Amino acid sequence: MRYIDEFCDPGLAKRLVESINRLSDKEIVLMEVCGTHTMAIFKHGIKKLLAPSIRLVSGPGCPVCVTAAQDIDVARWISRQKDVIFTTFGDMIRVPGGASSLERQKGQEGADIRVVYSILDALDIARNNPTKRVVFFGIGFETTAPSIASGIQLASKQGLDNFFVYSCHKLIPPAMKALLESGEVKIDGFICPGHVSTIIGAKPYEFIAEQYHIPCVITGFEPLDILQAILMLVKARESGQVGVEIQYTRAVKHEGNVVAQRILAEVFEPIDAVWRGIGVIPDSGLKIRQEYSRFDALLQFEMPEMSDKSDLSNLSDCICGLILRGIAIPTDCPLFKTVCNTENPVGACMVSLEGTCAAYYKYSP
Amino acid sequence: MQFDRILLSHGSGGRLSQQLIHDVFLKELGNEILDELNDSAVFNVAEGKLAYTTDAYVVSPIFFPGGDIGRLSACGTVNDLSMSGAKPFYLSASFIIEEGLSINDLKTILMSMKQAADEARVKIVCGDTKVVGRGMADKVFITTSGIGLIPDGIDISPRRIRPGDSVILSGTIGDHGIAILSQREGLGFSSDFISDVAPLNHLVASMLDEVGNDIHAMRDPTRGGLATTLNEFAQVANLGMRIYEDKIPVQDNIRGACELLGFDPLYIANEGKLVAIVENVAGDRVLACMKRHPLGINAEIIGEVVEKPEGMVSLVTRIGGTRVIDMMVGDQLPRIC
Repeated sequence: MRYIDEFCDPGLAKRLVESINRLSDKEIVLMEVCGTHTMAIFKHGIKKLLAPSIRLVSGPGCPVCVTAAQDIDVARWISRQKDVIFTTFGDMIRVPGGASSLERQKGQEGADIRVVYSILDALDIARNNPTKRVVFFGIGFETTAPSIASGIQLASKQGLDNFFVYSCHKLIPPAMKALLESGEVKIDGFICPGHVSTIIGAKPYEFIAEQYHIPCVITGFEPLDILQAILMLVKARESGQVGVEIQYTRAVKHEGNVVAQRILAEVFEPIDAVWRGIGVIPDSGLKIRQEYSRFDALLQFEMPEMSDKSDLSNLSDCICGLILRGIAIPTDCPLFKTVCNTENPVGACMVSLEGTCAAYYKYSP
Repeated sequence: MQFDRILLSHGSGGRLSQQLIHDVFLKELGNEILDELNDSAVFNVAEGKLAYTTDAYVVSPIFFPGGDIGRLSACGTVNDLSMSGAKPFYLSASFIIEEGLSINDLKTILMSMKQAADEARVKIVCGDTKVVGRGMADKVFITTSGIGLIPDGIDISPRRIRPGDSVILSGTIGDHGIAILSQREGLGFSSDFISDVAPLNHLVASMLDEVGNDIHAMRDPTRGGLATTLNEFAQVANLGMRIYEDKIPVQDNIRGACELLGFDPLYIANEGKLVAIVENVAGDRVLACMKRHPLGINAEIIGEVVEKPEGMVSLVTRIGGTRVIDMMVGDQLPRIC
């Protein structure tokens, strides 16, 4: 299959692995920020091919995992309101909030919660159910947010007055900055997310190279992409020439997707946001702008005051927060495989298809 | 009086029930045993070991590319019998029909059931029909049971799996699950995905003719896919399974759909494929024999049974890495069969 098979070539993979391992005499810690990379690394068995001196740690790049329990509780509250159809991407439905999940809400209290594959499906539901209030749970990073923004613009153009978005979108570069500022984890290089970068381009990572002297490589998702990016990062460390490089050139342009950036900026503005396990990160969320505020579920539903907004207190023994910050790995967690598994997830990292705990659980012995 | 939809009265046992049975069921499925309409089907059997199985079918949608719930319910039970080495003879079929189902749809379903039974050379010899109110079922649910005779001396069971055995897959994986998914609301896939639903008994018969008991275990990887079947084998045998990613046949369109949707073909349901665990020295002969059969053209030896790690399946990836293949958890695609 084109664009897949070429990037799985075993001969090239072997040569890349040999080059990486030849250059890696001292320990080097590389963070793959994006959950899709975490999954790909496990799926292709990449860790086992690399010299032990190369450590790959997972970052906070799974939008499902970093959604605060508080936000799930708000979503559950909205879904319980009269005449509401609550629409969400499938992954979110099982994520535990403070007390329950959307899945349990649906099963036990009969809330009308529907899984959709695109915001366009949610718009269709709104059009077909004029007497209902249809709310879309806006989850995702820069990759997803532009499509939500254009959905809101479409709703505005078509005068849909029964459609709302609960925006919990998050931005990647501010989270990377927060990780570096905390100093909790030593990072020698970033494997930067490929899909997010198709939208934002290379520029937003430049501060990492300039201020923190850490090389960044924007990376694709096939095995050869990841191996090549690791080689580029190892070489950058070796030579001291630190910058932002694009490995995923078949999809990412230096300036990104300018049209998507414009739509995003028209509909959303940055706001401080709570990340599960990390806390508040300045300007890391997206709020619907005044001009489109009639679609903002937060303003259009009269919500009661919800408890603790800091969300640092997940379930006592769950270490999702440490895992999302790259400080711990799932096998460090006392709940991992004992009480927490993909059928009965305790923390969000076990729920999502892209969660680090789910990757360890699914692909490691 | 002619009706074009099923009414509650069609299930009452009265005149309309009789009419439905004679004009629809017997017309499509009839044979000398079923036509008797006795409370039980009566027939002779040869001496030997019998295999007996049952399965319920609730697939949604009831019509899908490559088949429908009728074909599925006949093939599924034929295949379950075949996996124990049995030669299937007779099936029963019970229908729970939702009020309002179109009688033409019911006829189409029965015709495909009959066609699948003919392909497999089995007879549907008894059955039952109930009608429930709107919303109490989804169009039609079918339960089929089947019996078959295990040829003398044949013993197919995961207990017989030994280290060194070859793992053989009869063809491409993922076709049924993705065909169903492509029909579900909201995906907007163009429908060039076709379910592989087919009766496997003739393929199995030719394999047994070729090497007999050198086939140690067989299973059809339906719900949970190849990954789940291999895990079941590994756990029962308390041995490991090592398979090779580049040996597992997957059609390009299925790979593409899985990439898009984040599914792994290893976990997607099949309805016309089998996995056989075969004595190592007989592996090539079984493979050649399978490839001669239309349902085994794409068969491959995809791996081998190993001593360790016990109870686990590992996959050697295209780039030479390895990873564990776990059982499927949760249910990504409900009501696939």
